[in-house]
Formats: sequence, C-alpha cells, structure tokens
Amino acid sequence: MVFLFNIFYQFGDSLAFLLLAAIGLAVIFGMMKIINLAHGEFITVGAYGTVVSGKVLNLPLPIAMAFGVLITIIFGLILEKFIIRYLYGRPLDSVVATWGISLIVSQSFLVIFGPSYEGLQTPMGNFQLGEFSYSEYRIFLIFFALFLLMLLYYLFMKTSFGTLARATIENPSISSSMGVDVKNIYTTTFAIGAGLAGVTGALYAPTMTIVPSIGQAFIVSAFITVVTAGASPFIGLVPAAAFLGTVQTTVTFFFKSTIGLIAILCAVILIIRYLPNGFSGLILKKKSK
Amino acid sequence: MKKILIFLLSSFFMFFSNLQAADTIKLGILEDETGNFAIAVVPKIHAYELAVKEINANGGVLGKQLEIVRYDTQSDNRRFQEFARRLIKKDKVDVVFGAFSSASRESIRGIMEKNKMLYFYNNQYEGGVCSKTTFMTGAVPEQQFSTLVPWMMEKYGKNVYTIAADYNFGQISAEWVRQIVKEAGGTMVGEEFIPLDVSQYSQTIQKIQKAKPDVLMTLLVGAKQASFYEQQASAGLGIPMATSINVGQAYEHRRFAPPALENMYVTVNYIQEVHEVIKSGEFHDKSKDYVKRFRALYPNEPYINMESANAYNAIYMYAKAVEKAGTTDTMKVVSALESGITQDGPSGVVTMDPKSHHGSHTIFLVRVGKGHTVTIPKIWKDIQPYWLGDNGCDLANKADYSQYTPSNPPKN
Repeated sequence: MVFLFNIFYQFGDSLAFLLLAAIGLAVIFGMMKIINLAHGEFITVGAYGTVVSGKVLNLPLPIAMAFGVLITIIFGLILEKFIIRYLYGRPLDSVVATWGISLIVSQSFLVIFGPSYEGLQTPMGNFQLGEFSYSEYRIFLIFFALFLLMLLYYLFMKTSFGTLARATIENPSISSSMGVDVKNIYTTTFAIGAGLAGVTGALYAPTMTIVPSIGQAFIVSAFITVVTAGASPFIGLVPAAAFLGTVQTTVTFFFKSTIGLIAILCAVILIIRYLPNGFSGLILKKKSK
Repeated sequence: MKKILIFLLSSFFMFFSNLQAADTIKLGILEDETGNFAIAVVPKIHAYELAVKEINANGGVLGKQLEIVRYDTQSDNRRFQEFARRLIKKDKVDVVFGAFSSASRESIRGIMEKNKMLYFYNNQYEGGVCSKTTFMTGAVPEQQFSTLVPWMMEKYGKNVYTIAADYNFGQISAEWVRQIVKEAGGTMVGEEFIPLDVSQYSQTIQKIQKAKPDVLMTLLVGAKQASFYEQQASAGLGIPMATSINVGQAYEHRRFAPPALENMYVTVNYIQEVHEVIKSGEFHDKSKDYVKRFRALYPNEPYINMESANAYNAIYMYAKAVEKAGTTDTMKVVSALESGITQDGPSGVVTMDPKSHHGSHTIFLVRVGKGHTVTIPKIWKDIQPYWLGDNGCDLANKADYSQYTPSNPPKN
C-alpha cells in the first residue's frame, strides 16, 4: 500500500512538473509555432510576481499567485504588441528575438531584485504514511496540473473561441476573409500562453529558491515535453509527460539522478526519431483508422 | 587619414596607460558577479575592494598603490579561461585572485601554472590542491569535516547519508565524509550525487526516508539545488542536516522562509553573526570591527559571509608577502608566503602553511534553529590544514602542481 502510494507520489510529482513546465509553451510553441526561448522568463515573471506581491503587499498566497499570473499576462500582452506580433510565421526569427528577450528579462530581474529574493514558505502541511512523509502541496500540484490541462483542452477544442483560434493559426488569410479578427485572436492566444507560464511560476515559487534564473529550471523539460507531445499539443501533452515522467522516475529509482536525466533525453531522441509527429500524431493516426 | 589618427591616438593612450601601470601593483580578480553563484560571490568582491582601499589608504605596498583589474566571469568556466588569459597576456597583472566553484578553479589553475602566475583561491573547497604557485585561504575538509562529522555522529547517531552536487567538489567532499564516518566507527547508509540542474527533489527525499539516517550531509551547490531545503521541510523530512557550504556562503538561513533550514549544522571559518552570538572576547571584537568597516563601504550588503573574510585575508597576505620579498616577482613572493606569513583577520589569526599553501582557521560550528536563529555550540581554535602536509605534499622543498584526494594521496 505504502509502496503503491510512493510510486503514485513520485510519478505524479514528475508528471506535474513536466506538465506545468510545458503548459504555457504548448500554446505558444505547440500551437502558435513561436519558438519561445523566453518561456523560462515568463515563468520567472510569474514567480517574482507572486513572491514580490506576497511580500510587499502582504497578500495571502492564493491572491499573490493570482497577482503573479495577472502580471505575466500583462507582460505577455506588451511583448506580443511590440515584438511577437511581427514574428508570426517566422519561426527562425522568433528564436533570435525571444532569446534576446530572455536575456534582457533575466538580467533586468538581477539588476532590480539582486541575485536572490527571500522565498515564501510552501503552503499546506505534510502527512505521514509508514516511514515516509509527504508534502500535501506536492499532491495538490499533481491534481491541479491535470485540471489545468483539461480546462485548456476544453477551451481550445470545445469552445467557439478555440475553433477560431485553431482556424486562425492554421490559415490566417482565409480566417481573416471569413470575418475573423485575426489580430485579436493571436493576441488573446498568446496572452493565454503567457498566463499559463505565469501559473507555473506562481505554483512553484513557494517551493524553490527565488533567483533570476528560476525559469531556466523549466525550459528543457518544457521543450522536450512539447516536442514529444507533437503537432496537437493538447492531445499529446499528457501521454508525453506520462511517458517521460515514467522513464525518469524509474531510472532515477534504480540508478541515480544523473542517469535519470540522461535517460529522459535519450527517450526524447528515440521518440522524435520513430514518432516524428509525437504522441498526438500516434493518437490521431489510431483515431483516423 | 582618419584611421591613422585613430591609430596615433590609441597608441598614445596605450603608451600612457602602460606608464601609469608601472606605478601600481595590478591585482587581477576573476569572480562570478552574475550567474548561478553570484549570491555568495558578491560579498567576496566587496571584501577585495575593502582590503585594497585600506592598504592604499595606508600608503600601499612598496610605495605603490594596488590596482584591481576585475572581470565578471558569470559563473561560466569558459569565461574564466578567457579572462584568465586576458589578465595574464593583456593586462599583465602581478597576481590573480578568484574563482568560486572548484570546477572554475580547475579550469584556470593550469593556465596560471603554465604562465608562472601567482594565484590565490579564496574559498572553502574539497581540499587537496598542492601547487607551487597557488595559495588557498579558504577552509578545507580536514578543517570543516573532521570537526563537524564526528560531533554530529556523537550527538545524533552513527548512520550517515550524503547528498552531494555531482562534480569535483561534491564527489571529493563526499569521499572525505565517507572516510571520516568510517574512521569514527559510523555507517554510510546512502549516498546520492545530484546534477547541478536538478531543482525537484521528491524522489531524493523518499530515498533518504527509506534509508533512515541519523545525520544527513547536504553538499548541495547553487541556486537550483538550494530548492532541496524548502522541499525537504515541506515534506517533513526532519533529519538533522550537516554541511560545509550553506549559511557560510549564500546565507540561506536569511534568504529562505523558516523552517527550510531548521536543525542544520555548518562549520564555517567566519560569518557576520559571530559577534552577535559570541558576546565578548577576541572573536567578538574582530568580527564587529570587520563588519563595521565593511558596512562603512558597502552599507547595503545583504550578508557578510565567510568567503568575504577569506578574500579579505588573501589580499593582506599577498601585500605582506610582497612587502617582505621587496618585489612582485612570482617566485620571490611565493618564497615570502612560504615563510609562515600570518594575517590577523575577521576571525582571528590565519597562518599560511608553507608545506601545503593552505591557511589555518578558527572553525565555528553554527546551528540554525527555530525561526532560523543562529547559535554557535562549539568553537575549534587554530585548526591546521594538516592532511596534504602529512601525506607528503611539501611545496617549500618540492614543487608540485596536482590535486590529491583521500583515495589518491601524494606519492612519497
């Protein structure tokens, strides 16, 4: 029983991290095809927004988190309006531009807030099961990550906004001629992606050291999860994160963290070699049969 | 025409800057002002500046002013190598101070040795560097671990678990812990090496719980690995932790919300709380005086850490040695440093060991308690860096340029 729960906890923890790392990028890169190297900095903005507003305004944690997300959305909107807007359909240029943005943002945080900022305490408590004890907040993160993904799936697959957004990104000129406000759709979709990265930053802020490079802890996991998820990220994200999480926890369990990290990267190489369309490609192919 | 003018002007300036250079002693400094290690390193940089200002205000060394040539190495080993070469070839400095991580030290030590450049590494580290032109002012394992580990085992029990950063510092430090635990009759119940990029620790925490240690040695490095402490507290791990690196370098007890570091023990050769915890006597007075002078120059320094004291001592030791040698010639200054130079620093007298080129230290055992308040349950006075010397490293009589470990000691 305890053994099974341990497996659930370790696997779930890894799954939650991969899902939350990737969720904002799934919209901006997976859907909109902007290779956003500043994804980590969006997470940084969310984390700092949460911690700084929590400390300075003395807000309770959930409100501080909402504040952090809001700041990230505003940050995303400003970037979209002045820079990203001109890069749709130019993936290689977006790499250079977002890389520049990421450098500017992380250095600005260093200049403004210094090399580190006092952290928050992890909310909720812990509980004991046999000889093990567990953080309740970590378990909350697992369920919240899954809930967030379901919400996102619903938004982009079941609502009329979602249909318009997918249509716009598939073919902007036809959508535009059909009377869709293309600019507006792009801006909103980008803001949602930024906001989701902000959610990740806000959620992990109380569990990590608050430094200007905090977002970089997520960026590799984010890209490998979105890439393995494939062309339709909302379908592929959960199986991709589940697969990578399983590889990592199993290998780390039997060997050590270093080998776990190597294993996850090898797994990604195998996936893009044998499943070039990722997990969503596999699922959609089965469906169409 | 324009090009010729620019050439003339620039050679004119170069001529004058070279002239000026002859009047100063140039100290090259390579430290990570930004990047992963910046938190712990910025106080070091300020301590160099403080020592240089004080020495210059007292008339300099050999009648010359000290001049700092400093580059931000950005916690990046390639920058270290690039700037090390620049300091030697272009800036023509007389001595180099710097490096935080052992990886960065090893990335430049070879360059220093090849160019016969005097080099001071001013950081606690995994020990074992036996090099004719290199001097170490920070604490080493025989100073930090052979005090800390037996004390912890006596107080809490004999089963020890180590988690360590997966590079030369962590690997060799863990080897030291293994050896000291064995010598003290304890058992290693587990050991895990963690890559510097890892920031999530649920699995590590469960592995530790399964092994049920009495003492947890945490040899974690950098901002990402520091996330372990918050995560172990929120999981309710509750095992006393012991380390040689936290608190004394990146002041985690001030930066993290309690109870992340509660019940952690650290051996340091200095921290700014020394005079707040110890109410009177030599250590109180020296620490208070140092903090006062430091704050006069840098009033907004968040924390004055142990590496700042090591950096401060290094500049003074160099200045004394140059004064004694009467020149900045590397080998002559090395001989002067090997004559048993002492420096009365922020935590008392530090003596340079001629055999190993390491400094002696006062070691304070720091405990982080409830609400992250600091106490000092034990002080070991004048702990010598004995290991290299005992094992055959004798730099004053025999040049060497190697790093040794307990499993790979110097060959006699």
